[in-house]
Amino acid sequence: MSRLSIEASTPLCLLQDAGRFGVRHLGVTQGGALDWVSMRWANWLLGNGPGAAVVEVTLGGFSLIAEQDCCLALAGADLDARLDGQPLKPWRSFSMNKGQRLRLNAPLHGARAYIAAPGGFKAPQVLGSCASVVREELGGLDGLGSPLAKGQQLEYGGAAPAPKEVPEAFWPDFTDRLPLDLLLGAQIGDFSGMSLFEAFNRDWTLDSRADRMGIRLLGPVLQYQGPAMISEGIPLGAVQVPPDGQPIVLLNDRQTIGGYPRLGALTPLALARMAQMLPGSVVRFRPVVQEIAWLEQRAFLERFVG
Amino acid sequence: MNYRIEVVAIDCLMVRLFDRIDESNMPWMLAASQRLRSAFAERLVDLVPSYTTLMVHFDLLQVSPAVAQACIREALNDLQADAGSGGREHEIPVWYDLSVGPELKLLAERCNTTVADIIRRHSEREYQVFALGFAPGFAFMGLVEEALAAPRLATPRKRVAAGSVGIAERQTAAYPAVSPGGWNLIGRTPSKLFDRQREGYSLLQPGDRVRFVAVERATFINLGGDDTPLEAQA
Repeated sequence: MSRLSIEASTPLCLLQDAGRFGVRHLGVTQGGALDWVSMRWANWLLGNGPGAAVVEVTLGGFSLIAEQDCCLALAGADLDARLDGQPLKPWRSFSMNKGQRLRLNAPLHGARAYIAAPGGFKAPQVLGSCASVVREELGGLDGLGSPLAKGQQLEYGGAAPAPKEVPEAFWPDFTDRLPLDLLLGAQIGDFSGMSLFEAFNRDWTLDSRADRMGIRLLGPVLQYQGPAMISEGIPLGAVQVPPDGQPIVLLNDRQTIGGYPRLGALTPLALARMAQMLPGSVVRFRPVVQEIAWLEQRAFLERFVG
Repeated sequence: MNYRIEVVAIDCLMVRLFDRIDESNMPWMLAASQRLRSAFAERLVDLVPSYTTLMVHFDLLQVSPAVAQACIREALNDLQADAGSGGREHEIPVWYDLSVGPELKLLAERCNTTVADIIRRHSEREYQVFALGFAPGFAFMGLVEEALAAPRLATPRKRVAAGSVGIAERQTAAYPAVSPGGWNLIGRTPSKLFDRQREGYSLLQPGDRVRFVAVERATFINLGGDDTPLEAQA
């Protein structure tokens, strides 16, 4: 068993995995790493299963001390990581000697970094997952959803493989230059013609009102003209439009059912990219149909494995 | 049985069975849920029931959207309502009191009657669990007698005590844990609504039937209730 001591943390530093499934009919949210692609790469670097428990560090302010010589992996955002003060770029595994300090400071590119350990960090499984959901008091090191805190110890039990890097060709694009693929939803025909045009042809700015439940977008006011809806299940990535006409993209910690009309849902690949964008980023939506998006997701996952 | 299948995400399809909330939906919803669960088996990631819909989240590595659609159609072919069996029955003790349910007074004034009458009317009906959502174990139940229907508070409370029982429109529910909330509070239950140690975790499941039983403060305390007034907890 190897240990790391947490020297500094914030409420946005959370233990995560692929999420909590099979319990959504009980009102339990999905949870899990927001940028699932970077989490996968962090685990891939160490030969872990794709959903092994990782630390999700949002915006920085996290610091660890190695209690033994160890090997970790870092993927996702460049949060100005330093190993004993020396810059450490993401998309690689690296060795840490006993007593060395890994510090993630502040975002240089992207918003969320993922730290993985051989075999995954140890944590109690709560309803089948260790994903931390603060609101529901589920997951995390204490099983009660608490964020990681100074003074806690992270443990893992796997053997350290040889250091490795993610080829640069596979690094995801965290900029807002590429459009985000949006699968059209059932209420799409109930928005005004102008709103439909604007949804896909105007810029949307990420608001600072953003958390693990959702990200608000600012732009033209969208007009829903359909009947009032009865609450129904909400998929990951749903783009819902409340009465103020400003969309909210719903993320992993969203409520399980809701009654606002939806433009549709972002694809998982689009969501992973959006999870790395800071407030003020400007995005566009591009419509995509289910079969195509499904094929793309399958192809992505298969290439990943190979 | 008529229903519609709608695309909601790359790995989710919405099965829309009804277009309005009604207690008579439930036997069909339960039957459809059971059919879908057995048809998809290990290919099902989650099945999210609500008042009129069932959202099927399938494993995209095992099933294509087209196959998932076909699977739903086959599962729901010749669907029969699940008459009677399905849900369990519960009696949930509630201490109805102004100190933990301040909107009792508001409801009594609206209905031009006494607090005791409101309590009697809320506890004499059997309610159905339509759906769980908002928080783990939070069960939306109904339908509350039309005269007792009340809109949500204009300004939701920042902190509602665990066990608080409330009314919103024609629905009633109990908060499993402390949370913000905008329902009209009328009492508090000592029952543990969500318990990670319990088989199935949630006391209430979609399709269950619930009756609230008025209890005195002493009984409420004996059953483990916390009688701290709402204001004192804020």
